[in-house]
Amino acid sequence: MKKRNYNLLLGGAITGIMMLLTLMGFFYTPFDPEKMDAANKLSGISLTHIMGCDNFGRDIFSRVLKGCGTTFTVACGTVLIGTVFGTLIGAFTGYFGGIVDEVLMRIMDALFAFPSLLLALVFVSLFGSGKYHVIIALGIAFVPSFSRIVRGEYMRCRDLDYVKSARLSGASHLRIMFVHILPNIFTVLLSSIMIGFNNAVLAEAGLTYLGIGVKPPDASLGEMLSSAQTYLFSAPWYALCTGGTMILMILGFSLMSEGLKKNGGGRYAS
Amino acid sequence: MSVILEVSGLNAFYKVRQPGKGKKQRRQVLYDISFQMEEGEILGLVGESGCGKSTLARTILSMVPDYQGKIECADEHPQMIFQDPYGSLNPSMKIGTILQEPLRNILKLPLEERQIRAAEMLKKVGLEEKYAAHYPSQLSGGQRQRVCIAASLMLHPGLLIADEPVSALDVTIQAQVLRLLLELKREMGLSILFISHDLRVVYQLCDHVMIMKDGRIVEQGETDEVYFSPRHEYTRRLLSAAGILETNEED
Repeated sequence: MKKRNYNLLLGGAITGIMMLLTLMGFFYTPFDPEKMDAANKLSGISLTHIMGCDNFGRDIFSRVLKGCGTTFTVACGTVLIGTVFGTLIGAFTGYFGGIVDEVLMRIMDALFAFPSLLLALVFVSLFGSGKYHVIIALGIAFVPSFSRIVRGEYMRCRDLDYVKSARLSGASHLRIMFVHILPNIFTVLLSSIMIGFNNAVLAEAGLTYLGIGVKPPDASLGEMLSSAQTYLFSAPWYALCTGGTMILMILGFSLMSEGLKKNGGGRYAS
Repeated sequence: MSVILEVSGLNAFYKVRQPGKGKKQRRQVLYDISFQMEEGEILGLVGESGCGKSTLARTILSMVPDYQGKIECADEHPQMIFQDPYGSLNPSMKIGTILQEPLRNILKLPLEERQIRAAEMLKKVGLEEKYAAHYPSQLSGGQRQRVCIAASLMLHPGLLIADEPVSALDVTIQAQVLRLLLELKREMGLSILFISHDLRVVYQLCDHVMIMKDGRIVEQGETDEVYFSPRHEYTRRLLSAAGILETNEED
Protein backbone atom coordinates (compact mmCIF):
# COMPACT_ATOMS: atom_id res chain seq x y z
CA MET A 1 0.00 0.00 0.00
CA LYS A 2 0.94 3.61 0.22
CA LYS A 3 4.25 4.48 1.78
CA ARG A 4 4.13 7.01 4.54
CA ASN A 5 5.24 10.40 3.38
CA TYR A 6 7.69 11.36 6.13
CA ASN A 7 8.73 14.54 4.35
CA LEU A 8 5.21 15.82 4.42
CA LEU A 9 4.62 14.69 8.02
CA LEU A 10 7.81 16.16 9.45
CA GLY A 11 7.56 19.32 7.36
CA GLY A 12 3.97 19.76 8.38
CA ALA A 13 4.85 19.30 12.06
CA ILE A 14 7.68 21.84 11.98
CA THR A 15 5.62 24.32 9.99
CA GLY A 16 2.66 23.80 12.30
CA ILE A 17 4.72 24.60 15.39
CA MET A 18 6.29 27.61 13.71
CA MET A 19 2.87 28.86 12.62
CA LEU A 20 1.56 28.53 16.17
CA LEU A 21 4.53 30.47 17.56
CA THR A 22 4.19 33.12 14.86
CA LEU A 23 0.50 33.47 15.52
CA MET A 24 1.18 33.70 19.24
CA GLY A 25 3.71 36.47 18.58
CA PHE A 26 0.96 38.69 17.19
CA PHE A 27 -0.97 38.62 20.49
CA TYR A 28 1.37 37.65 23.27
CA THR A 29 5.06 37.81 23.96
CA PRO A 30 6.59 36.99 27.37
CA PHE A 31 8.26 40.42 27.48
CA ASP A 32 7.67 43.65 25.64
CA PRO A 33 9.88 43.18 22.57
CA GLU A 34 10.70 46.91 22.53
CA LYS A 35 11.47 47.31 26.21
CA MET A 36 15.13 47.96 26.83
CA ASP A 37 16.77 46.84 30.02
CA ALA A 38 20.34 48.00 30.53
CA ALA A 39 20.92 45.54 33.37
CA ASN A 40 20.34 42.55 31.07
CA LYS A 41 22.43 43.78 28.16
CA LEU A 42 23.63 40.76 26.20
CA SER A 43 22.75 38.44 29.04
CA GLY A 44 22.88 34.77 28.17
CA ILE A 45 20.25 32.09 28.06
CA SER A 46 18.37 31.79 31.33
CA LEU A 47 15.01 30.61 32.60
CA THR A 48 13.47 34.09 32.39
CA HIS A 49 15.04 34.96 29.04
CA ILE A 50 15.05 31.61 27.25
CA MET A 51 16.97 32.99 24.28
CA GLY A 52 18.92 35.58 26.20
CA CYS A 53 18.91 39.35 25.63
CA ASP A 54 20.28 41.54 22.88
CA ASN A 55 22.58 44.54 22.99
CA PHE A 56 19.80 46.78 24.34
CA GLY A 57 18.71 44.22 26.89
CA ARG A 58 15.56 43.32 24.99
CA ASP A 59 14.27 39.76 25.35
CA ILE A 60 15.36 37.90 22.21
CA PHE A 61 12.63 35.27 22.40
CA SER A 62 9.94 37.96 22.39
CA ARG A 63 11.65 39.70 19.50
CA VAL A 64 11.96 36.42 17.60
CA LEU A 65 8.24 35.86 18.02
CA LYS A 66 7.49 39.35 16.74
CA GLY A 67 10.11 39.00 14.02
CA CYS A 68 8.59 35.73 12.80
CA GLY A 69 5.34 37.63 12.37
CA THR A 70 6.96 40.34 10.27
CA THR A 71 8.98 37.88 8.21
CA PHE A 72 5.94 35.70 7.73
CA THR A 73 3.80 38.64 6.62
CA VAL A 74 6.43 39.78 4.14
CA ALA A 75 6.92 36.26 2.77
CA CYS A 76 3.17 35.64 2.45
CA GLY A 77 2.56 38.96 0.73
CA THR A 78 5.43 38.36 -1.64
CA VAL A 79 4.28 34.88 -2.54
CA LEU A 80 0.69 36.06 -2.92
CA ILE A 81 1.67 38.75 -5.42
CA GLY A 82 4.03 36.39 -7.22
CA THR A 83 1.48 33.58 -7.39
CA VAL A 84 -1.50 35.61 -8.49
CA PHE A 85 0.26 37.52 -11.24
CA GLY A 86 2.53 34.63 -12.14
CA THR A 87 -0.45 32.30 -12.53
CA LEU A 88 -2.41 34.80 -14.61
CA ILE A 89 0.51 35.51 -16.94
CA GLY A 90 1.56 31.86 -17.11
CA ALA A 91 -1.98 30.68 -17.80
CA PHE A 92 -2.57 33.11 -20.65
CA THR A 93 0.81 32.68 -22.29
CA GLY A 94 0.88 28.90 -21.90
CA TYR A 95 -2.69 28.33 -22.97
CA PHE A 96 -2.89 30.67 -25.94
CA GLY A 97 0.72 30.67 -27.09
CA GLY A 98 1.47 32.72 -30.15
CA ILE A 99 2.51 36.34 -30.22
CA VAL A 100 1.22 37.26 -26.73
CA ASP A 101 3.28 34.42 -25.35
CA GLU A 102 6.39 35.56 -27.20
CA VAL A 103 6.13 39.16 -26.03
CA LEU A 104 5.20 38.48 -22.40
CA MET A 105 7.78 35.76 -21.99
CA ARG A 106 10.56 37.97 -23.37
CA ILE A 107 9.60 40.59 -20.77
CA MET A 108 9.69 37.87 -18.13
CA ASP A 109 13.08 36.75 -19.43
CA ALA A 110 14.35 40.29 -19.03
CA LEU A 111 13.02 40.40 -15.47
CA PHE A 112 14.38 36.95 -14.82
CA ALA A 113 17.84 37.94 -15.97
CA PHE A 114 18.28 40.05 -12.85
CA PRO A 115 18.66 38.28 -9.54
CA SER A 116 15.43 38.89 -7.63
CA LEU A 117 17.34 40.48 -4.78
CA LEU A 118 18.91 43.01 -7.13
CA LEU A 119 15.54 43.83 -8.66
CA ALA A 120 14.01 44.35 -5.24
CA LEU A 121 17.01 46.47 -4.30
CA VAL A 122 16.42 48.82 -7.23
CA PHE A 123 12.73 49.04 -6.41
CA VAL A 124 13.30 49.75 -2.74
CA SER A 125 15.91 52.39 -3.44
CA LEU A 126 13.52 54.08 -5.86
CA PHE A 127 10.37 53.97 -3.76
CA GLY A 128 11.74 53.75 -0.25
CA SER A 129 12.03 50.91 2.22
CA GLY A 130 9.61 49.61 4.82
CA LYS A 131 7.54 46.46 5.14
CA TYR A 132 5.01 47.12 2.37
CA HIS A 133 7.53 48.33 -0.16
CA VAL A 134 9.57 45.21 0.45
CA ILE A 135 6.49 43.07 -0.17
CA ILE A 136 5.71 44.78 -3.47
CA ALA A 137 9.33 44.76 -4.60
CA LEU A 138 9.91 41.10 -3.84
CA GLY A 139 6.48 40.20 -5.18
CA ILE A 140 7.26 41.68 -8.57
CA ALA A 141 10.65 40.04 -8.57
CA PHE A 142 8.95 36.68 -7.95
CA VAL A 143 6.44 36.91 -10.80
CA PRO A 144 8.73 35.58 -13.58
CA SER A 145 9.62 32.33 -11.88
CA PHE A 146 5.99 31.55 -11.08
CA SER A 147 4.77 32.46 -14.55
CA ARG A 148 7.44 30.26 -16.07
CA ILE A 149 6.38 27.21 -14.08
CA VAL A 150 2.67 27.80 -14.67
CA ARG A 151 3.21 28.44 -18.37
CA GLY A 152 4.99 25.13 -18.79
CA GLU A 153 2.14 23.30 -17.08
CA TYR A 154 -0.48 24.98 -19.25
CA MET A 155 1.46 24.18 -22.40
CA ARG A 156 1.54 20.56 -21.32
CA CYS A 157 -2.17 20.48 -20.54
CA ARG A 158 -3.69 22.49 -23.36
CA ASP A 159 -3.48 19.69 -25.92
CA LEU A 160 -4.75 16.93 -23.66
CA ASP A 161 -7.96 15.18 -24.60
CA TYR A 162 -9.87 16.37 -21.57
CA VAL A 163 -9.25 19.96 -22.61
CA LYS A 164 -10.54 19.16 -26.09
CA SER A 165 -13.64 17.57 -24.69
CA ALA A 166 -14.12 20.57 -22.41
CA ARG A 167 -14.13 22.75 -25.51
CA LEU A 168 -16.69 20.44 -27.12
CA SER A 169 -18.84 20.82 -24.03
CA GLY A 170 -18.95 24.53 -24.68
CA ALA A 171 -16.62 25.71 -21.91
CA SER A 172 -15.13 29.16 -22.49
CA HIS A 173 -11.38 29.65 -22.60
CA LEU A 174 -11.43 31.27 -19.17
CA ARG A 175 -13.41 28.38 -17.73
CA ILE A 176 -11.03 25.86 -19.26
CA MET A 177 -8.01 27.72 -17.91
CA PHE A 178 -9.19 28.19 -14.35
CA VAL A 179 -11.81 25.52 -13.73
CA HIS A 180 -10.56 22.64 -15.88
CA ILE A 181 -6.78 23.00 -15.93
CA LEU A 182 -5.85 24.92 -12.77
CA PRO A 183 -6.89 22.20 -10.28
CA ASN A 184 -4.72 19.74 -12.20
CA ILE A 185 -1.59 21.79 -11.85
CA PHE A 186 -2.36 22.70 -8.26
CA THR A 187 0.19 20.33 -6.69
CA VAL A 188 2.93 21.75 -8.88
CA LEU A 189 1.82 25.25 -8.02
CA LEU A 190 1.63 24.46 -4.33
CA SER A 191 5.14 23.08 -4.15
CA SER A 192 6.52 26.11 -5.97
CA ILE A 193 4.58 28.33 -3.57
CA MET A 194 6.41 26.62 -0.71
CA ILE A 195 9.78 27.08 -2.38
CA GLY A 196 8.83 30.66 -3.20
CA PHE A 197 7.97 31.21 0.46
CA ASN A 198 11.45 30.08 1.47
CA ASN A 199 13.10 32.30 -1.08
CA ALA A 200 10.99 35.19 0.14
CA VAL A 201 12.09 34.61 3.74
CA LEU A 202 15.72 34.61 2.64
CA ALA A 203 15.29 37.58 0.32
CA GLU A 204 13.64 39.60 3.07
CA ALA A 205 16.49 38.73 5.40
CA GLY A 206 18.97 39.68 2.71
CA LEU A 207 17.34 43.03 2.02
CA THR A 208 17.08 43.84 5.70
CA TYR A 209 20.65 42.73 6.24
CA LEU A 210 21.69 45.25 3.63
CA GLY A 211 19.78 47.83 5.63
CA ILE A 212 17.10 48.57 3.05
CA GLY A 213 14.39 46.15 4.05
CA VAL A 214 12.11 46.18 7.04
CA LYS A 215 12.92 49.14 9.25
CA PRO A 216 13.13 49.29 13.02
CA PRO A 217 11.11 49.36 15.21
CA ASP A 218 9.54 46.49 13.17
CA ALA A 219 11.50 43.47 14.28
CA SER A 220 12.23 40.96 11.57
CA LEU A 221 14.46 37.92 11.57
CA GLY A 222 16.74 39.46 8.97
CA GLU A 223 17.10 42.67 10.89
CA MET A 224 17.89 40.77 14.09
CA LEU A 225 20.38 38.55 12.32
CA SER A 226 22.26 41.53 10.95
CA SER A 227 22.56 43.19 14.36
CA ALA A 228 23.53 39.86 15.90
CA GLN A 229 26.52 39.72 13.60
CA THR A 230 28.40 42.30 15.68
CA TYR A 231 28.05 40.13 18.78
CA LEU A 232 28.78 36.82 17.11
CA PHE A 233 31.55 36.04 19.62
CA SER A 234 30.43 37.89 22.71
CA ALA A 235 26.81 36.70 22.49
CA PRO A 236 26.64 33.76 20.07
CA TRP A 237 23.13 32.78 21.26
CA TYR A 238 21.75 35.94 19.65
CA ALA A 239 22.76 34.87 16.13
CA LEU A 240 22.15 31.18 16.79
CA CYS A 241 18.62 31.63 18.06
CA THR A 242 17.47 34.01 15.33
CA GLY A 243 19.26 32.07 12.60
CA GLY A 244 17.97 28.79 13.98
CA THR A 245 14.40 30.07 13.93
CA MET A 246 14.79 31.08 10.31
CA ILE A 247 16.24 27.70 9.44
CA LEU A 248 13.33 25.91 11.10
CA MET A 249 10.83 28.06 9.21
CA ILE A 250 12.47 27.30 5.87
CA LEU A 251 13.11 23.65 6.65
CA GLY A 252 9.43 23.04 7.41
CA PHE A 253 8.32 24.46 4.10
CA SER A 254 11.09 22.74 2.13
CA LEU A 255 10.15 19.37 3.55
CA MET A 256 6.49 19.97 2.84
CA SER A 257 7.17 20.97 -0.74
CA GLU A 258 9.34 17.90 -1.21
CA GLY A 259 6.59 15.75 0.28
CA LEU A 260 3.94 17.31 -1.92
CA LYS A 261 6.01 16.58 -4.98
CA LYS A 262 6.24 12.94 -3.97
CA ASN A 263 2.51 12.76 -3.34
CA GLY A 264 1.52 14.67 -6.44
CA GLY A 265 3.72 12.63 -8.73
CA GLY A 266 1.63 9.55 -8.05
CA ARG A 267 -1.81 11.01 -8.31
CA TYR A 268 -1.57 13.25 -11.31
CA ALA A 269 0.98 11.37 -13.33
CA SER A 270 0.43 11.21 -17.11
CA MET B 1 -33.50 10.78 -44.97
CA SER B 2 -31.63 14.00 -44.72
CA VAL B 3 -27.94 14.70 -44.83
CA ILE B 4 -26.37 15.39 -41.45
CA LEU B 5 -22.83 16.07 -42.56
CA GLU B 6 -21.51 17.16 -45.90
CA VAL B 7 -17.85 17.69 -46.57
CA SER B 8 -16.63 18.78 -49.96
CA GLY B 9 -13.22 19.63 -51.32
CA LEU B 10 -11.64 19.73 -47.88
CA ASN B 11 -7.94 20.46 -47.58
CA ALA B 12 -6.37 20.91 -44.15
CA PHE B 13 -2.96 22.10 -43.05
CA TYR B 14 -0.78 21.93 -40.00
CA LYS B 15 2.01 24.24 -39.09
CA VAL B 16 5.05 22.13 -38.44
CA ARG B 17 8.36 23.28 -37.09
CA GLN B 18 10.97 21.23 -38.85
CA PRO B 19 14.01 20.22 -36.88
CA GLY B 20 17.00 22.33 -37.79
CA LYS B 21 14.96 25.03 -39.46
CA GLY B 22 13.60 27.82 -37.32
CA LYS B 23 10.58 28.75 -39.39
CA LYS B 24 7.32 26.90 -39.18
CA GLN B 25 6.17 25.33 -42.38
CA ARG B 26 2.67 24.72 -43.57
CA ARG B 27 2.13 21.09 -44.36
CA GLN B 28 -0.93 19.70 -46.01
CA VAL B 29 -2.45 16.76 -44.15
CA LEU B 30 -5.81 16.33 -45.87
CA TYR B 31 -6.26 16.38 -49.63
CA ASP B 32 -9.55 17.09 -51.36
CA ILE B 33 -11.86 15.14 -49.08
CA SER B 34 -15.50 14.90 -50.06
CA PHE B 35 -18.21 12.75 -48.55
CA GLN B 36 -21.62 12.98 -47.04
CA MET B 37 -23.36 11.28 -44.17
CA GLU B 38 -27.03 10.45 -43.95
CA GLU B 39 -28.89 10.90 -40.72
CA GLY B 40 -28.85 7.73 -38.63
CA GLU B 41 -26.08 5.97 -40.44
CA ILE B 42 -22.75 4.73 -39.19
CA LEU B 43 -19.92 5.71 -41.46
CA GLY B 44 -16.64 3.90 -41.00
CA LEU B 45 -13.35 5.64 -41.57
CA VAL B 46 -10.46 3.22 -41.95
CA GLY B 47 -6.79 3.79 -42.48
CA GLU B 48 -3.40 3.20 -40.95
CA SER B 49 -2.24 5.40 -38.10
CA GLY B 50 -0.97 8.77 -39.17
CA CYS B 51 -3.03 8.89 -42.34
CA GLY B 52 -5.14 11.81 -41.19
CA LYS B 53 -8.20 10.10 -39.70
CA SER B 54 -8.06 12.03 -36.46
CA THR B 55 -7.24 15.24 -38.29
CA LEU B 56 -10.37 14.84 -40.36
CA ALA B 57 -12.38 14.39 -37.17
CA ARG B 58 -10.79 17.43 -35.57
CA THR B 59 -11.37 19.53 -38.67
CA ILE B 60 -15.05 18.65 -38.68
CA LEU B 61 -15.21 19.76 -35.04
CA SER B 62 -13.45 23.00 -36.01
CA MET B 63 -10.36 22.28 -33.97
CA VAL B 64 -8.05 22.71 -36.94
CA PRO B 65 -7.97 26.40 -37.81
CA ASP B 66 -6.24 26.15 -41.19
CA TYR B 67 -8.45 24.51 -43.78
CA GLN B 68 -10.09 25.14 -47.15
CA GLY B 69 -13.28 23.60 -48.41
CA LYS B 70 -16.80 23.21 -47.20
CA ILE B 71 -17.98 21.49 -44.03
CA GLU B 72 -21.70 21.58 -43.50
CA CYS B 73 -23.01 20.01 -40.35
CA ALA B 74 -26.71 19.98 -39.56
CA ASP B 75 -25.89 19.50 -35.89
CA GLU B 76 -24.92 22.58 -33.93
CA HIS B 77 -22.87 20.78 -31.32
CA PRO B 78 -21.39 17.62 -32.78
CA GLN B 79 -19.57 15.58 -30.13
CA MET B 80 -16.60 13.29 -30.03
CA ILE B 81 -15.44 10.24 -28.09
CA PHE B 82 -11.70 10.01 -27.77
CA GLN B 83 -9.53 6.95 -28.02
CA ASP B 84 -7.90 7.12 -24.62
CA PRO B 85 -10.44 6.96 -21.80
CA TYR B 86 -7.66 7.86 -19.37
CA GLY B 87 -6.74 11.16 -20.97
CA SER B 88 -10.15 12.39 -21.96
CA LEU B 89 -11.62 12.70 -18.48
CA ASN B 90 -10.36 15.52 -16.30
CA PRO B 91 -8.66 13.78 -13.34
CA SER B 92 -9.63 16.51 -10.88
CA MET B 93 -13.32 16.63 -11.76
CA LYS B 94 -16.04 14.39 -10.44
CA ILE B 95 -17.90 12.34 -13.04
CA GLY B 96 -21.08 14.24 -12.25
CA THR B 97 -19.42 17.60 -12.90
CA ILE B 98 -17.97 16.37 -16.18
CA LEU B 99 -21.38 15.20 -17.34
CA GLN B 100 -22.99 18.47 -16.33
CA GLU B 101 -20.51 20.67 -18.18
CA PRO B 102 -22.36 20.90 -21.53
CA LEU B 103 -25.67 21.43 -19.75
CA ARG B 104 -24.14 24.23 -17.76
CA ASN B 105 -22.17 25.89 -20.55
CA ILE B 106 -24.50 25.54 -23.49
CA LEU B 107 -28.02 24.90 -22.22
CA LYS B 108 -27.47 26.95 -19.04
CA LEU B 109 -29.67 24.67 -16.98
CA PRO B 110 -30.01 25.08 -13.20
CA LEU B 111 -28.06 22.72 -10.97
CA GLU B 112 -30.94 20.44 -9.97
CA GLU B 113 -32.00 19.84 -13.56
CA ARG B 114 -28.39 19.13 -14.50
CA GLN B 115 -28.01 16.60 -11.72
CA ILE B 116 -31.18 14.80 -12.74
CA ARG B 117 -30.09 14.60 -16.36
CA ALA B 118 -26.58 13.47 -15.46
CA ALA B 119 -28.00 10.68 -13.30
CA GLU B 120 -30.34 9.61 -16.10
CA MET B 121 -27.49 9.51 -18.57
CA LEU B 122 -25.35 7.44 -16.22
CA LYS B 123 -28.14 4.90 -16.04
CA LYS B 124 -28.43 4.91 -19.81
CA VAL B 125 -24.80 3.92 -20.25
CA GLY B 126 -25.14 1.19 -17.66
CA LEU B 127 -23.50 2.83 -14.67
CA GLU B 128 -24.97 3.33 -11.24
CA GLU B 129 -25.96 6.78 -10.09
CA LYS B 130 -23.40 6.78 -7.30
CA TYR B 131 -20.59 7.14 -9.82
CA ALA B 132 -21.51 10.79 -10.25
CA ALA B 133 -19.65 11.45 -7.00
CA HIS B 134 -16.54 9.49 -8.07
CA TYR B 135 -13.36 10.74 -9.65
CA PRO B 136 -12.18 9.23 -12.95
CA SER B 137 -9.23 7.55 -11.23
CA GLN B 138 -11.67 5.40 -9.24
CA LEU B 139 -13.11 3.86 -12.42
CA SER B 140 -11.91 1.11 -14.73
CA GLY B 141 -11.11 1.68 -18.38
CA GLY B 142 -14.43 0.32 -19.58
CA GLN B 143 -16.35 2.38 -17.04
CA ARG B 144 -14.43 5.47 -18.07
CA GLN B 145 -15.28 4.96 -21.71
CA ARG B 146 -18.93 4.60 -20.71
CA VAL B 147 -18.62 7.94 -18.93
CA CYS B 148 -17.06 9.44 -22.07
CA ILE B 149 -19.98 8.17 -24.12
CA ALA B 150 -22.39 9.59 -21.56
CA ALA B 151 -20.62 12.96 -21.61
CA SER B 152 -20.76 13.13 -25.39
CA LEU B 153 -24.48 12.39 -25.42
CA MET B 154 -25.54 14.95 -22.81
CA LEU B 155 -26.64 17.43 -25.48
CA HIS B 156 -28.43 14.76 -27.53
CA PRO B 157 -26.20 15.42 -30.52
CA GLY B 158 -27.15 14.36 -34.03
CA LEU B 159 -23.57 13.63 -35.00
CA LEU B 160 -21.11 11.71 -32.91
CA ILE B 161 -17.52 11.16 -33.93
CA ALA B 162 -15.99 8.11 -32.33
CA ASP B 163 -12.22 8.16 -32.72
CA GLU B 164 -11.12 4.58 -32.10
CA PRO B 165 -13.41 4.41 -29.06
CA VAL B 166 -12.53 0.87 -28.07
CA SER B 167 -8.97 0.29 -29.19
CA ALA B 168 -7.59 1.18 -25.76
CA LEU B 169 -9.83 -1.37 -24.05
CA ASP B 170 -9.37 -5.10 -23.74
CA VAL B 171 -11.31 -7.40 -26.01
CA THR B 172 -14.19 -8.45 -23.73
CA ILE B 173 -14.86 -4.86 -22.72
CA GLN B 174 -14.62 -3.77 -26.38
CA ALA B 175 -17.65 -5.85 -27.30
CA GLN B 176 -19.68 -4.46 -24.39
CA VAL B 177 -18.88 -0.86 -25.21
CA LEU B 178 -19.62 -1.34 -28.90
CA ARG B 179 -22.96 -2.97 -28.06
CA LEU B 180 -23.78 -0.03 -25.82
CA LEU B 181 -22.87 2.40 -28.57
CA LEU B 182 -25.16 0.60 -31.01
CA GLU B 183 -28.05 0.53 -28.53
CA LEU B 184 -27.72 4.23 -27.85
CA LYS B 185 -27.47 4.94 -31.54
CA ARG B 186 -30.83 3.24 -32.14
CA GLU B 187 -32.43 4.82 -29.12
CA MET B 188 -31.29 8.38 -29.80
CA GLY B 189 -31.12 8.36 -33.58
CA LEU B 190 -27.43 9.15 -33.69
CA SER B 191 -25.27 9.34 -36.75
CA ILE B 192 -21.80 8.07 -36.01
CA LEU B 193 -18.56 8.67 -37.81
CA PHE B 194 -16.67 5.63 -36.62
CA ILE B 195 -12.91 5.91 -36.91
CA SER B 196 -11.03 2.66 -36.57
CA HIS B 197 -8.25 0.55 -37.91
CA ASP B 198 -10.04 -2.65 -37.00
CA LEU B 199 -11.62 -3.79 -40.25
CA ARG B 200 -13.70 -6.50 -38.60
CA VAL B 201 -15.36 -4.12 -36.17
CA VAL B 202 -16.04 -1.68 -38.99
CA TYR B 203 -17.66 -4.42 -41.02
CA GLN B 204 -20.02 -5.35 -38.20
CA LEU B 205 -20.97 -1.81 -37.40
CA CYS B 206 -20.93 0.41 -40.41
CA ASP B 207 -23.36 1.04 -43.25
CA HIS B 208 -20.84 2.88 -45.35
CA VAL B 209 -17.09 2.91 -45.21
CA MET B 210 -14.27 5.18 -46.38
CA ILE B 211 -10.70 4.03 -46.83
CA MET B 212 -8.08 6.66 -46.21
CA LYS B 213 -4.43 6.76 -47.16
CA ASP B 214 -1.95 9.61 -46.77
CA GLY B 215 -4.61 12.24 -46.30
CA ARG B 216 -6.74 11.13 -49.23
CA ILE B 217 -9.86 9.03 -49.37
CA VAL B 218 -9.00 6.30 -51.84
CA GLU B 219 -12.28 4.44 -51.79
CA GLN B 220 -15.74 4.88 -50.36
CA GLY B 221 -19.04 3.12 -50.66
CA GLU B 222 -21.37 0.65 -49.01
CA THR B 223 -19.53 -1.62 -46.63
CA ASP B 224 -20.37 -4.86 -48.45
CA GLU B 225 -19.36 -3.43 -51.77
CA VAL B 226 -16.04 -2.12 -50.53
CA TYR B 227 -15.27 -5.31 -48.63
CA PHE B 228 -16.20 -7.80 -51.33
CA SER B 229 -15.31 -5.98 -54.50
CA PRO B 230 -12.61 -3.51 -53.58
CA ARG B 231 -11.51 -1.37 -56.46
CA HIS B 232 -8.43 0.26 -55.07
CA GLU B 233 -5.17 -1.58 -54.65
CA TYR B 234 -4.68 -0.20 -51.12
CA THR B 235 -8.08 -1.44 -49.98
CA ARG B 236 -7.27 -4.87 -51.30
CA ARG B 237 -3.98 -4.90 -49.42
CA LEU B 238 -5.66 -3.77 -46.18
CA LEU B 239 -8.35 -6.43 -46.45
CA SER B 240 -5.98 -9.24 -47.21
CA ALA B 241 -3.66 -8.15 -44.41
CA ALA B 242 -6.62 -8.44 -42.04
CA GLY B 243 -7.40 -11.89 -43.49
CA ILE B 244 -10.81 -10.82 -44.77
CA LEU B 245 -10.16 -10.87 -48.48
CA GLU B 246 -8.96 -14.10 -50.05
CA THR B 247 -6.28 -13.07 -52.47
CA ASN B 248 -6.54 -14.86 -55.78
CA GLU B 249 -3.26 -13.70 -57.17
CA GLU B 250 -0.07 -14.91 -55.69
CA ASP B 251 1.99 -12.17 -54.08
